[in-house]
Amino acid sequence: MAFISSGYNPKKPMENRITDIGPRKYDEFYPPVIAKNKGKWLYHEILEPGILVHVGESGDKVYTIRVGGCRFMSVTHLREINEIADKYCDGYLRFTTRNNIEFMTDKEENVKPMKEDLLSRKFAGGSYKFPIGGTGAGVTNIVHTQGWIHCHTPATDASGTVKATMDVLFDQFTDMKLPAKLRVSMACCLNMCGAVHCSDIAILGYHRKPPMIDHEYIDKMCEIPLAIAACPTAAIKPTKIEIEGKELKTVSVKEEKCMFCGNCYTMCPSMPLADDVGDGIVLMAGGKISNRRDAPKFSKVVVAFIPNEQPRWPTMTATIKRMIEAYSKDANKYERLGQWAERIGWERFFEKCELEFTHHLIDDFRDPAYYTWRQTTNFKF
Amino acid sequence: MAKHETPLIDQLESGPWPSFVSDLKQEAESRAKNEKNIEYQIPQDCCDDLLGVLELSYKHGRTHWKHGGIVGVFGYGGGVIGRYCDQPEMFPGVAHFHTMRVSQPAGKYYTTKYIEDICDLWERRGSGLTNMHGATGDIIFLGTTTPQLEEVFWELGHNLNQDLGGSGSNLRTPSDCLGESRCEFACFDTQAICHDLTNEYQDELHRPAFPYKFKFKFDGCPNCCVAAIARSDLAFIGTWRDDIRIDQEAVKAYIGGEIPPNAGAHAGRDWGPFDIQKEVIDLCPTKCMRYEDGKLEINTPECTRCMHCINVMPRALRVGNDKGASLMVGAKAPILDGAQMATLLVPFIKVEPPYTEIKETVIEPIWDWWMEEGKNRERLGELIKREGMQKLLEVTGFKADPRMIQEPRSNPYVFWKADEVPGGFERDINEFRKFHQR
Ligand code: HEM
Ligand code: HEM
Ligand code: HEM
Ligand code: SF4
Ligand code: SF4
Ligand code: SF4
Ligand code: SF4
Repeated sequence: MAFISSGYNPKKPMENRITDIGPRKYDEFYPPVIAKNKGKWLYHEILEPGILVHVGESGDKVYTIRVGGCRFMSVTHLREINEIADKYCDGYLRFTTRNNIEFMTDKEENVKPMKEDLLSRKFAGGSYKFPIGGTGAGVTNIVHTQGWIHCHTPATDASGTVKATMDVLFDQFTDMKLPAKLRVSMACCLNMCGAVHCSDIAILGYHRKPPMIDHEYIDKMCEIPLAIAACPTAAIKPTKIEIEGKELKTVSVKEEKCMFCGNCYTMCPSMPLADDVGDGIVLMAGGKISNRRDAPKFSKVVVAFIPNEQPRWPTMTATIKRMIEAYSKDANKYERLGQWAERIGWERFFEKCELEFTHHLIDDFRDPAYYTWRQTTNFKF
Repeated sequence: MAKHETPLIDQLESGPWPSFVSDLKQEAESRAKNEKNIEYQIPQDCCDDLLGVLELSYKHGRTHWKHGGIVGVFGYGGGVIGRYCDQPEMFPGVAHFHTMRVSQPAGKYYTTKYIEDICDLWERRGSGLTNMHGATGDIIFLGTTTPQLEEVFWELGHNLNQDLGGSGSNLRTPSDCLGESRCEFACFDTQAICHDLTNEYQDELHRPAFPYKFKFKFDGCPNCCVAAIARSDLAFIGTWRDDIRIDQEAVKAYIGGEIPPNAGAHAGRDWGPFDIQKEVIDLCPTKCMRYEDGKLEINTPECTRCMHCINVMPRALRVGNDKGASLMVGAKAPILDGAQMATLLVPFIKVEPPYTEIKETVIEPIWDWWMEEGKNRERLGELIKREGMQKLLEVTGFKADPRMIQEPRSNPYVFWKADEVPGGFERDINEFRKFHQR
């Protein structure tokens, strides 16, 4: 492996350095039909699951085929995407805000062969490379995070939980038979890099044991006041400890005040808390982002704990499926999961989804917790 | 032959959804064969070792990445997330495994030429693995070694006219919905302003100068396809002020069943024939619509522009002509004080280049305040909670408006300023005692 220079000179690092040029400009990459009709679209239609057509004032049409992307992808896979875009779309493509891939063409005759071609491509293990879907009242891609592939603070894996869930919900990706769209998101710790706090159903990695403290190193590796300030419940105090006759500066964690958020570890490498049996999954439900009919909503915790059952998390996926089935059977047309739960009452939601209600689900974080309890006699038996 | 046995993650190769394990294996194999004779600049077997370390995590139920990692390129304070494996002897191919964030074009449109160029670069100087895309929007190059960072950055800048994205306590990479490029609902050009502000504030993006991270996102309408209202400190959400444009003939076509409701989004189930009363008029949150004598009417002043009727009948109803955006502030994830959605600050503003009013009356005054007053690692949303919405109005100069609240306060713990009260706060107890004996 011989080193090949790009032209960068490490002896003169600031020489010929280009900075602050930002991203490439979006319109360099527009397919001609998009460039021509931009801002002049009249209407759109979903022709079938995963296939859209947009019609411009000019009468021009652009067909879009949306396919599932697993977000984590290799250059080999990207090159295969290129090959398809070159073959049917004059070398243009785009990615969505939920990490799906969209192939666009203004030639109607290209749609059918492209569709057949996409569905014929499979990985060696048998999974589709380019499943078509993700439009309308169904389940689209799962917005997710780094997990055990790259992050140091996760309580579960992202790519694995997502693959396991999408396999179970696959027929909802390729169809549009729900009352409204259903967004599933995933974050491997409660930093919630992504959309977990505002999704119809959310998978969240969670710890259940307080951090361990590496007393011998903490003062060398961490800025102790930052670790103290990192704690939402003020469970951390500075303290001193004696190890082998030497007095060391460290912290103590009041275990009964710690709710295992892991934020102190984010700030301080000497406070790790990951644990094989302690860690697992919280499920949340009922969030949404759009302003359609009512305001955006936060998702609420509906299952306090499901253990990590890698590689396929069967309890988690079965619980998600049960929630979606209850919602699909009971909700009105256009009703998002959170709107349904609020209309029937959360007491009925737990009954219909066959979820156990435990004390963990009652809010106890500061003053706002009060507003989540029931200050009325209106409830259902 | 695979380098490591991976019986657990192998189970993620079956099932219909695209398998990231299969893809990772295909990349490992492609590197092992090296048909193009590439001089790989990081270990050729890095993908095998990533499979190995992932398998070990599946066995242990814990991550195998060390805490943090501070690496980067000269001139910038962010853009690269350093990572080191905590079992480097077992998995030397991923002993270093840093992520580079690459600034994406607004709307995420690409040509295959561009994708090919970044694949060539990343295959040679990195693992060949990516995230398309990070939640904030960046193209994520996943996995390289420290000595390659400057080389990749050089090639990006010199050969691809392409910069890094943001990380750390700074302006992160802005992103947007596809907007006017392919959506009839867009109320402003999300891509144009996303690109403009990204360039205007390159310094704030590359060199952390803030108390904490700060994100911009741009949604063309209240459907919020890039989720600005939940995932950005300053959210731009398109809206309009005049009438919804109604095509009465098309309304009749919907009623007559000639056009499927919601553009066919519910075609997978039989919901019965379209019923405009039940599916649109009765579901309007403000009950400002009616259908009489074959004519649909909307009482515009009562409409909150929720998009429901337009979403259901996109061929009959169009957003108004007097378009702009609502600006909302303070969304964030739970750490520390709890999750926040964005709060309405500017009900309506025109979004037209060069966006001077937005920059000078909104963005910069907010930054001035937050950079001065924000505590270490305090998001804008938390500063607004700590110092109050009133303070935000004071620093931006916007006048209090009932549109900014869901409801007025119910506690009477109202602060007044001394100059708002006749005579001020300076008083003499002896004066008071002249009329009120002890
Ligand atoms: C007192 C010690 C530390 C402080 C104050 C600190 C600060 C932080 C903060 C504030 C974040 C969140 C970043 C964000 O909001 O995106 C973070 C994540 C991170 N930490 Fe630490 N950290 C500490 C220890 C370390 C150490 C020792 C390393 C490396 C050796 C490290 C490397 C990182 C990296 C690479 C990230 C991800 C950055 C990103 O997502 O943009 N940290 N750290
Ligand atoms: C410590 C290591 C961390 C890692 C490896 C990490 C990784 C990432 C990555 C890769 C993204 C996508 C970035 C992009 O597209 O440019 C992201 C976004 C995000 N991060 Fe982190 N992050 C870390 C720390 C944190 C912390 C400490 C917080 C909050 C307290 C946080 C909250 C978020 C949120 C809310 C987003 C999504 C924002 C959006 O939707 O646009 N992250 N993170
Ligand atoms: C012409 C019409 C529209 C266009 C072109 C459009 C475009 C998009 C695209 C490309 C995505 C990413 C999709 C994916 O990967 O699954 C998306 C996401 C989304 N769309 Fe739309 N959309 C349209 C209409 C709507 C409507 C009618 C609604 C709501 C009723 C809506 C709400 C959303 C939401 C909430 C997301 C997901 C945001 C997130 O959770 O990250 N969109 N939209
Ligand atoms: S959600 Fe948490 S564990 Fe997952 S990538 Fe973000 S910071 Fe890391
Ligand atoms: S894990 Fe969270 S609650 Fe527990 S001590 Fe650390 S910061 Fe505090
Ligand atoms: S946010 Fe509105 S304008 Fe933007 S893509 Fe979604 S529906 Fe269209
Ligand atoms: S946009 Fe919403 S509030 Fe306005 S008329 Fe339509 S349904 Fe009613």
